[in-house]
Amino acid sequence: MSNKYEAVIGLEIHVQLKTKTKMFSSAPYEYGAEANSLTDPVVLALPGTLPVLNYEAIELCAKLGLMLGCEIADICKWDRKNYFYPDSPKNYQLTQNEEPLCIGGSVEIEMPGPSRNIEGKHRFVSLNRIHLEEDPGKLSHTAFDSLIDFNRAGVPLAEIVTEPNLYSSDEAVAFLNSLKNLILYSGVSNCDMEKGQMRCDANISLRAKRTSELGTRSEIKNLNSISNVKAAIEYEIKRQTQILNSNHLVAQETRRWDANKMQSFSLRSKEEAHDYRYFPDPDLMPVVIDRARIKELKKALPESPLDRQRRYQKDLDLPYTITSVLCANVNLSNFFEKALAQYDSPKAIANYIVNDLLRELASNSKTGDSSLSIEATKMKAGFISELVEVVELGIISKQIAKEVFSEMFQSGKNPKLIIEEKGLSQSNDDTMIKALCLEAIANNPKAITQYKDGNLKAINALKGPIMKATKGKANPLVLDTMLQDLIESLD
Amino acid sequence: MSDLFYSDIAFLKRGLKQKDFSSVELMKSLINRTNLVESKVKAFIDRDDEDALRQAAESDNRRSKNMTLGPLDGIPVGIKDILAVKGQPLRCASKMLDSYISPYDAKCIEQLKNAGAIIWGRLNMDEFAMGSSTEHSAYGTTSNPWKLDCIPGGSSGGSAAAVASGEVIVSLGTDTGGSIRQPAAFCGVVGMKPTYGLVSRYGLVAFASSLDQIGPFARNVKDAAILLESIVGYDPKDSTSLKVPTENYLSILEESVKCQKKYTLGVPVEFFSKGLDIEIKEKVYKAIEWYQSQGYIIKEISLPHSDLCVPVYYIIATAEASSNLARFDGVRYTHRSKDIESIDDLFFRSRGEGFGEEVKRRIILGTYVLSSGYYDAYYLRAQKIRSLIRKDFDKAFQEVDAIITPTTPTPAFIEGEKSQDPLSMYLNDIYTISVNLAGLPALSLPVGLTQNKLPVGMQIIGKVFGESDILTIAHDFEINHDYKDLRPNL
Repeated sequence: MSNKYEAVIGLEIHVQLKTKTKMFSSAPYEYGAEANSLTDPVVLALPGTLPVLNYEAIELCAKLGLMLGCEIADICKWDRKNYFYPDSPKNYQLTQNEEPLCIGGSVEIEMPGPSRNIEGKHRFVSLNRIHLEEDPGKLSHTAFDSLIDFNRAGVPLAEIVTEPNLYSSDEAVAFLNSLKNLILYSGVSNCDMEKGQMRCDANISLRAKRTSELGTRSEIKNLNSISNVKAAIEYEIKRQTQILNSNHLVAQETRRWDANKMQSFSLRSKEEAHDYRYFPDPDLMPVVIDRARIKELKKALPESPLDRQRRYQKDLDLPYTITSVLCANVNLSNFFEKALAQYDSPKAIANYIVNDLLRELASNSKTGDSSLSIEATKMKAGFISELVEVVELGIISKQIAKEVFSEMFQSGKNPKLIIEEKGLSQSNDDTMIKALCLEAIANNPKAITQYKDGNLKAINALKGPIMKATKGKANPLVLDTMLQDLIESLD
Repeated sequence: MSDLFYSDIAFLKRGLKQKDFSSVELMKSLINRTNLVESKVKAFIDRDDEDALRQAAESDNRRSKNMTLGPLDGIPVGIKDILAVKGQPLRCASKMLDSYISPYDAKCIEQLKNAGAIIWGRLNMDEFAMGSSTEHSAYGTTSNPWKLDCIPGGSSGGSAAAVASGEVIVSLGTDTGGSIRQPAAFCGVVGMKPTYGLVSRYGLVAFASSLDQIGPFARNVKDAAILLESIVGYDPKDSTSLKVPTENYLSILEESVKCQKKYTLGVPVEFFSKGLDIEIKEKVYKAIEWYQSQGYIIKEISLPHSDLCVPVYYIIATAEASSNLARFDGVRYTHRSKDIESIDDLFFRSRGEGFGEEVKRRIILGTYVLSSGYYDAYYLRAQKIRSLIRKDFDKAFQEVDAIITPTTPTPAFIEGEKSQDPLSMYLNDIYTISVNLAGLPALSLPVGLTQNKLPVGMQIIGKVFGESDILTIAHDFEINHDYKDLRPNL
């Protein structure tokens, strides 16, 4: 981008809330069900039907709002957004135009650091509001037909609207990652962008640097992956820069991102913009929010990922390289919490999770990344606690522990059982170890001299052959004491 | 047994109980009567006599086992074509829904079925309840049984005409701006619009959601009370339905005869000024004088915003309608235009062909008043005036128990007389509209005939949930006059 301009970006993110039934009917919803199997007269807007609010949608949206530091309104209302489209059964969408449930709020983001191992700068991106609205159905087009699946119609969406205070595609990406993680921590949505559970629109404008007035914006619709958001913003900044550089004006318009062509195309100009003819829905009553319930929700709010990360660094003394991996995945950090609750050795447990567990997850995932979820494996948090415990008690060595880890990941057996079945517990047979020690001392006069001269580490040279001879089962603590005693008794 | 079709519910209940006649015989009497007069009245869009006789036989079967369900067991009830009945057509008198069959029952239909009533017929109406004459039906105009070249009123013209002509015992209609009371007045029957929220709207095809209410038509106040009683009650499927204890209107009426409470009645000056037919004015004044003679206190009151009711109504009702009727789009269950070229073409042409003139006029008006730039000047302002109209009534009801007005400014008019002049048609509802805007209950009671033998209706408006008051006031007048026994010459 020419350095004359600064990009100003605002995002609108639609998130499907995980309610048991739809927002205004008792029809259930699940992704991937047979087309039009999850409908009822209300969802299909049959003549005479009326919407009835599912309060669970209010609860989940309020919880999300509290998670993002929003103010929760005392009363929220429903408006009709009128437009004709075949995926919209009523040809209006129930939404909250005038009085949204959540007001304000912010999301703490971490910009990429100078390297992966170094923490980046943090800042807060302010939100304008979060409101509830209905998801429409889904259209698919064949050569001669267009088909409509109304399963998705009426699923509650939380629309999160930021203030225009993101200034680069990288910030937008950092924001979306942070937001997604916060939502996953809150548990109100699965945020699977491939399944359409999280979608994003981006508003982008340019202005001369060091000015404060906003330029004319364009809106890019329906970006369905974070990498598309990044690409679309970068494309749009380039496009608008070229327009401004050639002394033309940017047109206010809605554009559609084509992920295959990596280009955006004009969908409609400002003049062609819909007049949605918003008005208060006369079928639904305003919702009076129960303050006591909001207090309860607030009390029971889960820890945010960045707060958790700070706590791990401060209280558990875990390094950034570990916490950044651990906290970036709610399942992983909850798994860690569970293991930690059973055996208090944060560093060792975190290491097993971040190194061994992630490696196993990656190598056992069909797609080769670490996206295989822990829930889908036989692994239990208690296994790791137990494993760390037996290592720290000296029952097995770290070396053997690696083998036990793989085994428990594959078989779902607990480590003690594996150790017993395979006879992996460390040998404490003094006579045999003593014989091996004496042999090692005799074979390494040089190391003995160094040790006696005060280089205590020189003793390690003796341990290797002993471990090898015992196939790693010699208890390192027993071994240490014995070697020291024997060397000292040489005098 | 030839007169069964003109009997009241109390007589029919007694007869059914004493086995003087069966429900099947009653149903056959109505079918015979309808076969005889329907070619003149044309109250039905559709009727399934076989199905009604089957329901009647079921009722007789229940009765023979002493297992009757409720007060309406075995009594046929006619249904306006805007209320959903499972397995029956639900056309709303529109080509748009010509082949649509409802897969579910409206709440009120469910209640009637639970009470044992026989659900019979699809009664004619103005398309989507938009009109005051039943001329705007895609299935032909219904005639006024009193004078066949006159319209029966509307939109529930079929429901009113069928009751007046003895085709049904009672019927259900809907009232958005007078659609029950005005045809009741024109056809010389009792018609009642309950308090907004008293009867569930689930299964009523919405015209204007904040104004629509379902209510009864009957040939006397008691029958109206019985039918109303069986359809009221809170319904979790309608968020605007209200939780109020249900009342036994019939026993309230029976009690009131023993000890008639002398209510204070308000007479609003604004409702008796210019535009009111002189004969109607006389009949209503005569009724007021009768009340006074009986010890009722009559007070002149003012409802100062009355002249704004019609414009406010046509903004709010059309705004809601423009959105409510958007679902009729050619995509799923409606009329679909052939050989369409694009999705917009599908919308435009299906709606263009499916909707009639008046419906299109109101959708366009409603779309306009909600448009960006006009919203504040029209819709928002109309809502503000609506609350002023409500306050007018609140103030009046501090002094009076009920309000007496004419139901309509004129008696039934000749078919075609006003259909080309929407504005003069809209003024027909000038006395009924404010009641919907304020969400109040009101009924129209026959108070005699004009010299041309056309019925005159008097409107009694009650406080919120004042149904028992206005029923009692109407009943007192009715049992002391013979108007309820007047029958059209068919």
